[in-house]
Amino acid sequence: MKNAADPATAGIRFEHIEKRYGGLFALRRVSLEVGAGECVALAGRNGSGKTTLLRIAAQLVRPSAGSVKFSSNVAGDPSWKPRLGYVAHATMVYDELTAEENLVLFARLEGIANAREIVTALLREVGLMERRSSLVRTFSRGMRQRVAIARALLERPQIFLLDEPGTGLDPEGLAWLAGHLQSLREAGCTMLMSLHGESAISEVATRAVRLDAGAVVADASDGAGMRSILTFAGA
Amino acid sequence: MSLLSNTGVLLGKELRTEFRSRELLTTTVIFILMVVVLFSFTFDPTSTDSRRFGAGLLWLAFLFAASLMLQPCFLREQTNDTLSALRLAVSDPFAILLAKLAANTLFLLVTELLMLPVFSVLYNVPVLPVLGRLLLVFFLGSLGVSIAGTALSAISAQARMRELLLPLLLLPLLTPVLVASTQVTAGLLDVAPFMQWKGIGFVATFDVVFLTALWLFGEYLLEE
Amino acid sequence: MKKQSAGAAIVVVLLAIAAYAAFFIAPTDSKQGVIYRIIFLHVPCAETGLVAFFVCFVANVAYVLKRNAKWDWLGVSAAEVGLVFTTACLVTGPIWAKPVWGIWWTWDARLTSTAVLWLLYVSYLMLRSLLEEPERRALLSALFGIFAFIDVPLVFGSIRWWRTQHPQPVIMGGPGSGLDPTMLRVLLFCWVPMLALMVLLMHSRYRLEAMRGDLELVRREAEAA
Repeated sequence: MKNAADPATAGIRFEHIEKRYGGLFALRRVSLEVGAGECVALAGRNGSGKTTLLRIAAQLVRPSAGSVKFSSNVAGDPSWKPRLGYVAHATMVYDELTAEENLVLFARLEGIANAREIVTALLREVGLMERRSSLVRTFSRGMRQRVAIARALLERPQIFLLDEPGTGLDPEGLAWLAGHLQSLREAGCTMLMSLHGESAISEVATRAVRLDAGAVVADASDGAGMRSILTFAGA
Repeated sequence: MSLLSNTGVLLGKELRTEFRSRELLTTTVIFILMVVVLFSFTFDPTSTDSRRFGAGLLWLAFLFAASLMLQPCFLREQTNDTLSALRLAVSDPFAILLAKLAANTLFLLVTELLMLPVFSVLYNVPVLPVLGRLLLVFFLGSLGVSIAGTALSAISAQARMRELLLPLLLLPLLTPVLVASTQVTAGLLDVAPFMQWKGIGFVATFDVVFLTALWLFGEYLLEE
Repeated sequence: MKKQSAGAAIVVVLLAIAAYAAFFIAPTDSKQGVIYRIIFLHVPCAETGLVAFFVCFVANVAYVLKRNAKWDWLGVSAAEVGLVFTTACLVTGPIWAKPVWGIWWTWDARLTSTAVLWLLYVSYLMLRSLLEEPERRALLSALFGIFAFIDVPLVFGSIRWWRTQHPQPVIMGGPGSGLDPTMLRVLLFCWVPMLALMVLLMHSRYRLEAMRGDLELVRREAEAA
């Protein structure tokens, strides 16, 4: 996406993140650094803490201990927050509104100027121009995923967080998403995505990290290492 | 974006969603209609009795209707986790609450205004002479109900048995609004109508106090 | 354990002294006879309940800001103890009213407000019972507790105003209204053992909640392992 190029690219650092729900540890002292421009695939079984880590990164969940820090290649304000995009299992859009209405709503909330033009361009980008005036309720799973991704891309995120983005997509949808993520990565967007096993999407990753029972157990940037992390955790 | 503009955008969304389906308004109006008719069986609805009990009947009907109407407020944000999307998009989470309470106040007022002529006709109580002052107490009372109701709806949406829980939490909390609004309304529906500004004062105070509390603690209500 | 027993002993002594004072030191009321002595139980219970609810409010605010479980334990302890004293107040009210006025409930302003207060804190406990996850339960009940407590002055104020529009028999008058100075002194003294009892009960309840919290922690960790 041509608008994603930004002078400042952002990194994200998790420092000793702990998340407890009662006595249950969802995350145990996770320390992880995702450098600017990296695309990290998070692998792990259900319940390993992937979703929790992503939601903490998105600042939707408070960690019980530890902190999340953002860095940019442009020196300055330590309290600077990058533009975050987040795609989850849920679509996070309103079924009772049309695709266009949803995107315009979020664009206006985020204070994006020329909301309508940007939304039209985005709809074209994700291939939803013909269905833009249809209620999201009438969309297939794949189309809803496209609206969700469009919503996340509204702000031209510097850090893109995705929680199992391929779920429910057919091979064509997966290929489309992988292509999209590839161009985002090439434009310098930092990405952290949780995945189940290898797929067209995991090909985009430059590094793989495996979580098990809330802790980091493997971390690799080489082909073989990444493959082993992704396939083992596909179980 | 600023608090006010975010609130405006979100209020627009709430209104658009509701006017598209009109589910909430329709069911609330029918509910109040049923209550008003059923209440007539519990006492002899001649004019003098109506003036004495009418105010209480109206406000009880509004309160019960509100505790039903407020249920979907945050539940509908859970369906697709749109609450998270809103939290990510807005700079001040108070905008989310402010928009919802404004929408709820509006919906309540609309149903109250639709009910007023029906009540007036069925119970033979003239309301036109005091309409302006009646609207004032309806507005302030509905605002109070919405402020407390929106906050408690956010709380109960995360608990079990939420449909029963919301009225359980809401009704005792709204006692000052019920007591003061009923008193003021009773004065206005009297044969010789009179305005009780002290009652208005109580309701207005409730509104200010709870709006401030919502502003101070609202972001914690939306926390995950 | 020793501190607990010592505390209990002190409370028992204070209660004994208060009972003696209520029955033998305070003079007999010419109009109402011996039944009026229930005032030495009724009013301190009401006031102590309010103090407990205030402690609950402080604990609630502290939890929301600090997120330390101890504040949640204090909050629920204070709410439960407050409810006990409030119930005692609501029960002694009609016990007094029946022989004196011939009816159980007179919709007296303070008693009616106390009844609403009771409902509010019963709702607080009800909310807690319907939230399973400890941190959710602590946060959401703390927020409700805050709303409930700031409502209290509004409840009392609006109901008092309502009653001025429709005067009804007042249970025991306001504090100090028409009370003999000795009676007043005894009344003020009776507050002390009530507060001491409140502290004792809150402390016990707090320790129980703390133990439950620790046990829950251990149990969940064992399950996860």
